[in-house]
Parts: sequence; structure tokens; C-alpha cells
Amino acid sequence: MSLMALREQLNGLVNSMFLEGLLDDQFEQLQMLQDESSPGFIAELITLFCGDSERILAELTKLLDQAVVDYQKVDAFVHQLKGSSSSVGAQHVKLACVQFRQFCEEHNKEGLKGIYFFRCLRALNVVKHEYYLLRGKFDTMLQLEQRIQAYESKQQI
Amino acid sequence: MTVEERKGSRDQFPVGMRVLAVDDDPICLKLLEALLVRCQYSVTTTDKAITALKLLRENKDKFDLVISDVHMPDMDGFKLLELIGLEMDLPVIMLSANGETQTVMKGITHGACDYLLKPVRIEELRNIWQHVIRRRKFERRCDNDPDSREDGQKAHIGSSEDGQGVADHNGQSNKKRKDQIEFDEDDSEDNMQENEDPSTQKKPRVVWTVELHRKFVAAVNQLGIDKAVPKKILDLMNVEKLTRENVASHLQKYRLYLKRLSAVAGHQASLVAAVGGRNPSYLHMSSLSGLRNYSTLGGSRQLPTLGSLQLNGLGRINGPSTLGMHGLLPSQTVQLVGLHKNASNPCDDIGKIQRIALPGNHQVNLHQGMPRNSELEQFQQPLLMQESKDHLPASLYGSGLASGPCSGSFPNVPDNALLLQENKQRNQPGGLGKPSSVRMSSSSSELYKIDLPDVSQFPNITDRCNDSWQGAVGSTDYSANTLHISLSHNDFSPGNIGGKFSSMNSHAATKALDESPRVAAGSGGQNRVRPLNENTIAMPAGVNKDPKFSNFNVIGNSGQKWDYTFNSNVISSTSSNSLLPNLRITDAATQCQTPGSVFSNKRLDVDAIGQVHFGPPLVTQNCIIDKSTGDSQLNFRSEYALETASLPSGLNSDGCSFDDLVNAMIKTVDVAHYSLG
Repeated sequence: MSLMALREQLNGLVNSMFLEGLLDDQFEQLQMLQDESSPGFIAELITLFCGDSERILAELTKLLDQAVVDYQKVDAFVHQLKGSSSSVGAQHVKLACVQFRQFCEEHNKEGLKGIYFFRCLRALNVVKHEYYLLRGKFDTMLQLEQRIQAYESKQQI
Repeated sequence: MTVEERKGSRDQFPVGMRVLAVDDDPICLKLLEALLVRCQYSVTTTDKAITALKLLRENKDKFDLVISDVHMPDMDGFKLLELIGLEMDLPVIMLSANGETQTVMKGITHGACDYLLKPVRIEELRNIWQHVIRRRKFERRCDNDPDSREDGQKAHIGSSEDGQGVADHNGQSNKKRKDQIEFDEDDSEDNMQENEDPSTQKKPRVVWTVELHRKFVAAVNQLGIDKAVPKKILDLMNVEKLTRENVASHLQKYRLYLKRLSAVAGHQASLVAAVGGRNPSYLHMSSLSGLRNYSTLGGSRQLPTLGSLQLNGLGRINGPSTLGMHGLLPSQTVQLVGLHKNASNPCDDIGKIQRIALPGNHQVNLHQGMPRNSELEQFQQPLLMQESKDHLPASLYGSGLASGPCSGSFPNVPDNALLLQENKQRNQPGGLGKPSSVRMSSSSSELYKIDLPDVSQFPNITDRCNDSWQGAVGSTDYSANTLHISLSHNDFSPGNIGGKFSSMNSHAATKALDESPRVAAGSGGQNRVRPLNENTIAMPAGVNKDPKFSNFNVIGNSGQKWDYTFNSNVISSTSSNSLLPNLRITDAATQCQTPGSVFSNKRLDVDAIGQVHFGPPLVTQNCIIDKSTGDSQLNFRSEYALETASLPSGLNSDGCSFDDLVNAMIKTVDVAHYSLG
């Protein structure tokens, strides 16, 4: 594929993600921060985000799997995921986290452990779903980026 | 960067402003770094609060500003904020995804100069340099104003940079600043020569090291928190190159800190009061402001703080006039404090306390018919206290307790305590002294004991405290010990007590546990009485350090005497409950060898007594004094509830008065007495 075509594809992908709401303004900030001096900034950040998120999701799954759920820890993890997703502009993931946190809190307040446990489980699944959706697109994005940059460096050579 | 480069960048403040970013989330940290670099700041990042502190402590002048996340695994962001504010006096900006009003408010009360929400935008970061400037200007101002000549001072302040920075960058802020600081323009010329580097202040910034802060706190305590004025503090501290202004601004911060602590500790105070061991934490929370004090004080100092806590706790106990001890108690504690305070023999003191504590344990056993060693120990306490008395004043001050709220109580108490002690000592080899007089003292001593545990805890605290503000809380050791004493006092035999102490902690706990069930069976429900006895005995078990039971041994006899008043009653613990609670406490205490435990023990004791709630705020364990004998042990171990909510039903921690407790105790004691035979 030509460089131009690659770039077009990448832009199209990113735009569609914006339109869908997968990404928000914050991502634009990232784009702004990426420049000649730090060409791999977005790629780095996204990779970090993916790795960290998956770790958190695994922890959450484990926590909710316990006989007695420690909702405080769950809340802490969700809070962290919310922070990092909002930092990269992963809007849907962030919103799903917000929902999840609400359930955690409600759970504590209401005391209807049974109901809220399932809600939390559901919320976790939503987060996972959104994350993996985003992750897929990020992967594509990164691949395109890589190819573009390979192209560009080739051209420079 | 070469020196020239740095200088150059500094001249263009805020360009090159040195920021330290702390966030455990790698994504956020990376993003923050990128944004800050984009703003042309000089950035250092770390994902651990502890590393950040280390970096800051290494070189106080290395950074201009700190940005920290609120939620971090190794240390709470607010705590870091406090520490930085106190030690380094750098502006700190909090960062969080959580934008709830309460959290933001918390940031403000802890001293943050700004609170940003994640995801942080670059526009917001572009303005953070204002915090650096503002702080500098105000600091200079403070320092300068008091001085006679502001102009001269200002020049030093390095307004040059302000003038430069301000003028260069933000017209508006410049204007504002200039208005505030009139001489800026005048001085700027001078300043320019003196200090072109905006980041470095002309005035040598005072770094409030732990050592320095300790002196500060000692001075404040000596003067009395209300009467502490910068000038006097400065004189007391006797540190070169420290200006009144430095002290003034530090005092301001310190007051805020205390206020916050007391607000938090307020409700817990009652709980804590009872428990001596918890004092450290309690102090922390209470207005005593001991926490600070002793954390900085370290070692023996910490004891004093404990003492203060105890005092507080004891003070509350003043309720039971029947015992007539209340007056004493405070003094006792104070004395104890003093005891510990004497840095000279912190170990000894601790040991003593431990010993005292031990008797307590034994008592538990005792009322089962075991030796009265515990009693001895209890008595020993008074002795100890006496000794400490001398030191007390010093210690008190040191710990800052003296200056704290407790100070009021001190004057009276020491005398009484001393008196008791003397009586005890004289009358009995054991240390209790005349039965009659001792009796009172015993009660008081019991109370003292309660304190002692606290006191003993001090040593622990010191250990734990390191130099962190929270240090005080750390000492939980004593809790365990303290419990022992209280229980055992009835049957303590001097000799045994001493020896037992060493092993007390664990013993006490178990013993207490054992006891409690029995007790429970006996009496029926007055937990309160028990606590009194037990509590008192529960010397700061935490002190394990030094089983110098010898004192106790001496007291042994007295211990028995003690028996007569309370012990027997208590032991017999008419109500198993009452005993149980006590036991529980001990158990908890003993169990709690951990820093938290000490506190808890103390608490329990206090609670049992009634309103004396020492409840170390910091104690993590929740001592739950339940009525149920069976569970009590477990409960204690696991939780030291400061709230003492768990106080046995019979013993309504909130509602029961000391009198009630005493009565209860007496009743139980009688019963126990019988059962113990």
C-alpha cells in the first residue's frame, strides 16, 4: 500500500473512532503531543494503556470471583482504570468504568449484596467488552502507524 | 544540563521550572510528563510516593513544585502532601480522577495549592507555575514584614525573579504581584544582581528537617500550643539562621495540621482516652498534638505523647470520683509519660511498663486463682510513675503533651500521682503502699496503668515512628502488654509479674482470653468493672522491650493489696462480661502486638472504664469488646475498634460513666474475689 493510502486508512480509522465515541478530545491532546520529537508517543501510550488495562481487568475478574468480594479493592482498580482510560481518551471504557464504580458504591450502601454483585459482574463485562473493542481498533491503528513510519523512514533514507 | 543551561532556563521562569510528578498509574504519569515537557518545564517522574519523598529529602532545592496523584498504593497522596508541606514547604498540586467535593476539600485542608482533575489538560498545566511564585512571594513577605526593613529583606527574597518572571510572563499576574509587593520593582534591580535565578530564592530556604521540626514541636509544647508565639519558639529552638518568619509560617502550618488531626480525632478521642496504649495514635488525633510531637521526638519522646494521650483518657476518667483517682490518673499518665520521657531510660521505663502490663496478664489468670504477679506489676507502675515524675515535666513538654490540652491536668495530677506512688512504695515492698492510701492509688494506679500501657507504648511508638508524622501511631506494641496488667492485678504476685512480663504479651493475651470467659461466667454483665482493673494493669504491654519486672516484683505485695480494692472485685468480675471486656482488651492488646494493638489495648481499657476512650485513632485494629465471652477473644484480636462500639452491652461506652464502671468493677471484683478464692 502506498504511504498515502496508509495514511488515509489511519485517519479514517481514527475519525470513525471519534465519531463512534470510542475516543474523545483527550485523544486529540495525545495527537498534539506527538510530533517529530516524539514520534512514537501515541504508540507508546496506547501500548502501556493496553497492558495496564488487561492487568486490571484480570485482577477485577479475580476479585469478583472470590467467595467474599472485597469491594474496596474492586473500586480501587476500577478507579485506576477509569483514570488511565480517561487519560488516553478511551471514552467508552471510561464511561463503563464510571458505571461500574457506581455499582460498587451502591453495593456498599444498599447492602443487597446479591443483586449488586451481579450488577458489578455485568458492569465488568461491559468494561471488558468496550475495552476489547477498542483494543482491536488500537491494534489496527498501531499497525498502520508502524507501516507508515517504516515508509517514512524508508523515504528519508 | 550544564549549569549555564539550567541557569538560562531558570531565568525564563516559568520555563525550566522543576517539577516532580508522582503517580502510580504509568499511563497518567507518562502523559503528565509529556504535557509538562510540552510546557517547557523540567520534569522528574516517579511512580512511588516513597521515592518521591526520598528525592525531595535528598535535596530540598531540587524542585520547585510537586504534582501528586491522590490514590497511590504505597502512600496516600494526602499524606505525602502533608509531609512535603511540612518538611520541604514546596507547593503541591493534587491530581485525581476523582473530583468529588469532599476529596477536593480534603486536598485543600491538607495544604494542596491546587487540585487538578484527570485527564489533565495542558492549559491547566501551563499555569501551575503561579503557585511557585505565589508561595515565594508570600514567604518572603511574611519573613520580611516582621523585620524592620522590608526593602532590604525583599531584596533578599529574591523578588528579582518574581519581578522578572512576573514581568516577563504574565502581565496580569505581574501587576497583581507588584501591587502586593511594592518593593519588587525597587528591589528588582538589586535582586537581579543577587539572584537572577527565579527558581532559587535569595533567602536560604529553610528546610524543616525532622530534627528541626522536632525541636519546633518541643518548643511549642513547652510553651503551650496556645501560647506559642514564633518569637518564643524561635528562642527556645535556638537554631541559627532560623528566622522568626520561618517559624511563623511553619507554626501556621502546624496549627492547621493539628486542627485537622483534632477534628478527626475528636470523636475518637473519647474512645481513645481509655486506652493508654493507643495514646500515640490518640494523641495524634487529639488536640494534644502529641502525635506530631512525638513522631518527631522519637524514642522517649514518643512516650510523652502517649502520656498525654493517657492523660486525656484519664482525664475523662475523672468521672468516677468514687475512685477518687481521676485526679491522679492524669498525673499518673503524665508521670508515666515522664517516665518514658526520660530518654535516659526509655527502655527501663518501658520495661517497667511492661512489667506492669504483665501483672495485668497474670491477673487474668489470677482471678482464676493464679498468682498475683500482676498486681505487683501494677504497683510497680506507680513506682515507675513516680520516677518519671521528675521527668514528666520535661517529657511532657517534649511530647508536647504538656503544652497540649492535657497540660491543664498535669499540675494536679503529678502531685497526686507522685503521692500515690510514694505511698505505694513506702507501704509496700510491692509498691502499692498502704492499703488504704494505696487503695486509692491502686485505683488510680490502675488508671495509671492504663496509662502506662500507653506510655509503654510510647517506646514502641518511637520505634515505629521513625520520623514520619504518623510515627506515633505506629507504636502499637504496648497494647498487648497493657492488657495484661489490668486483668491480673488482682492476683499479681510481685515476683511473678516481673518474670511474666517478658512473656506477657502473648500471655496476657491468651490469659486475658482465658480469663474473660471465666469472668463472664461469673458476673454477668458488667464489663466495666473489669476493664478498670484490667486496664490499669494492662500496662503498655507494647513495651515488651524491656521486661524489667523487678519493680513489679516489689509491688507484688502491693499488687495484692490492690486486689483488695479492685482486683478482687474485678477479678471475681461479677459479670463475666465485664471481665470479658477487660480480658478482651488484654487479649486484644496482647494480640495486637502490632503497633496498632497497643492502642487498642488502651482503648479497651478505657472504654471499659467508661468514658475514657483513648482509642488510638491510628490503631487499625478494632477492639471489639463484646459481651460474648467466647468471641471476645477473637474479636479483640482482630479488631481494635476505637469506637469501642463493641463495649459490652453492660458497658455502654458512651453512656457509662466512670462511676458506673467503678461500681461495676467493684461488683465484679467481689464476685471474682470469691471465685478466685
